[in-house]
Amino acid sequence: MTATERADAAPQTDGQPPLIDVSHLKLYFPIKQGVLIDRTIGHVHAVDDVSLELKEGQTLGIVGESGCGKSTLARCMVRLLEPTSGRLCFRGRDITHLGRKDLKPVRREVQLVFQDPVSSLNPRKRVGQIVGTPMRLHGMDKDKVVPRVRELLERVGLNPEHLNRFPHEFSGGQRQRIGVARALAVDPRLIVLDEPVSALDVSIQAQVINLLDDLQDDFGLSYIFIAHDLSVVRHVSDQTAVMYLGKVMELAPARELYTKPIHPYTEALLGAIPIPDPEENRARERLVIGGEPPNPIDPPSGCRFHTRCPRATDVCKQLEPPLAAYPGGHLAACHHPLNVTDEEIAAATYSRLSPESAGRLMPNGKEATDEDAPGTAETDRVASGQSSE
Amino acid sequence: MAAERLLEVEELKVSFVTEDGIVYAVDGVSFTLDRGEVVAIVGESGSGKSVTVMTLMGLTRGPNSRFEGSARLRDRDLITASEAELRRIRGKEIAMIFQDPISSLSPVHRIGDQIVEQIRAHEDISKAAAFDRAVELMERVGIPRARDRARAFPHEFSGGMRQRAMIAMALSLSPSVLIADEPTTALDVTIQAQILEEVKQLRQDSESGVIFVTHDLGVVADIADRVIVMYAGRVVEQGTLDEIFYDPQHPYTWGLLGSVTRMDRDPPRRLPAIPGQPPSLVHPPQGCHFRPRCPHEFEHCAEVPPLEARVPEAPDHLDRCWLEVADKRARREVEGRIGLGTGSVVA
Repeated sequence: MTATERADAAPQTDGQPPLIDVSHLKLYFPIKQGVLIDRTIGHVHAVDDVSLELKEGQTLGIVGESGCGKSTLARCMVRLLEPTSGRLCFRGRDITHLGRKDLKPVRREVQLVFQDPVSSLNPRKRVGQIVGTPMRLHGMDKDKVVPRVRELLERVGLNPEHLNRFPHEFSGGQRQRIGVARALAVDPRLIVLDEPVSALDVSIQAQVINLLDDLQDDFGLSYIFIAHDLSVVRHVSDQTAVMYLGKVMELAPARELYTKPIHPYTEALLGAIPIPDPEENRARERLVIGGEPPNPIDPPSGCRFHTRCPRATDVCKQLEPPLAAYPGGHLAACHHPLNVTDEEIAAATYSRLSPESAGRLMPNGKEATDEDAPGTAETDRVASGQSSE
Repeated sequence: MAAERLLEVEELKVSFVTEDGIVYAVDGVSFTLDRGEVVAIVGESGSGKSVTVMTLMGLTRGPNSRFEGSARLRDRDLITASEAELRRIRGKEIAMIFQDPISSLSPVHRIGDQIVEQIRAHEDISKAAAFDRAVELMERVGIPRARDRARAFPHEFSGGMRQRAMIAMALSLSPSVLIADEPTTALDVTIQAQILEEVKQLRQDSESGVIFVTHDLGVVADIADRVIVMYAGRVVEQGTLDEIFYDPQHPYTWGLLGSVTRMDRDPPRRLPAIPGQPPSLVHPPQGCHFRPRCPHEFEHCAEVPPLEARVPEAPDHLDRCWLEVADKRARREVEGRIGLGTGSVVA
């Protein structure tokens, strides 16, 4: 099934709480300075008022440049980091500030796979120990561990006889498979994949992505897939969020995002990817955005992208745009949207996923009222999925 | 194009003696580089692409390395050149940009001083004049407020800026050959696009020849004039950009082209992958190195196919595959695009 088909075929989860529900999540890292007494002299706005939702069995892709907060957001969503403010629900249960003990059952359902398969596996432990440890930690019978490890190794395409080998005896792609097997060890419902294929060769990338695809179908897993490579994210995700300096700029079904980017930042990201076809590459007009992301300690006023945006005007400097919900479940936070018709702009509604600091000025020039805010509009409901509250 | 020939590599072989045996990292690589040309070397990790270019810079020399063949930069052989001679050539005539700028810049020296050091190692000019030149170079590669930034340390630079500083350093003595070893792999796509524009500009301005090592076929399509595809130490195919993308002759190239994800197309149901792993270079497979992963392999493949022109209409398009050209063209068709195929010809 392709990503889009999967989205359509997804079971109706209305009435059931989503797997993860994030609202107005913020995470600021304090910057301290001082000799004897540390004074907080500022904050890194790593995640700044993000609202999202992940349904059971779906994949949420998060893309953006380095430093945009995509990894921090994902780590926050699975409570590896404690949010500064906002609310985080896992299956309808508020886990925003739960303690270590109370989080343990959640930990079992949420696992991670990291970018670098070398540094995320202990070089002194054998593969069998690496994959078996999570099972023991979560109280599985000792004599059941080894058969289960063999089963998992086989499932991810490794030879089960290799369970006594060390990580260095495997190639990069195989090591990443070990990481996946370890994540699967405790039957999780959600796996956070933080750049899982960025360190691999192209031909091996495809193998690992196909494996992840199969596992999702077989076990009904949900994924949060973080990557800076947009073409990989397109292949795997149902919904894709584009982040910039801690904020969500655009959130859309994967296909929509790639064929019809509404936010200039998304367009710039897509335009920056070279197409592996010489003729199309030569024919293409490329919009190369200059500069680098600004400092997240002191982010720009208004729309955070205005310092690099080719379409920026005065209003962008002063007023932060809300997330507007366009038809097709496509959300974008921009005063000057691209690739949308006037009718679509007129039909756009204010999304409740908008940050609290955003203004109410919609792209059609009208102010959204509070009555518009609840997700009554069909478009908003589809996009945000926050219907069942 | 009758451009001036800068570099001529012939039958270059590099092997390393290790505890496990001899590693044949580069096994017979030949290519040329002309002025104003970008040659891309493509391959997976362990294909020998980095060892090839590092050998050109004399960076693989050591007690356990063995070299054969030649690499002529104008009239000097880089393989047999003495260390003293190499020191004069490196930086001045042939310069290199590395993948990871943080580990290739000194963390305890200011960026500007590192560029000054390189200039003064080759030219007899004052510190102040060299510093001015360094600032000018940094401006040219797009570093804002270059005069202030030249006094900064590498850790104060972002990844993209560090890579620009590396490029400025590589350009400081206007080398005729510039080697870029995966210069954009560690960067964001937006910054990658900026750096690629920079490299293109540079090729026009300075008319140097560029060897661009990468594993990203998108980058290749964007920047290269000619492409060399390497696999397990050997060149399996080389030709012009269009030949490699539109008439690839080697199954490994098909596999590479097939497994690229494209964001401008609807994704296929499953990503076509090349099965298996690259072979060990200590005990490479007999005959064609790609044989164990190739669905098209047959008896003849036990013998190493020579790198030669097999497409009648393209005498400079070389490959290492025994299959007939017409047969190849049928076999590589997979669902309307080029791919590794399954070994049988789809009717």
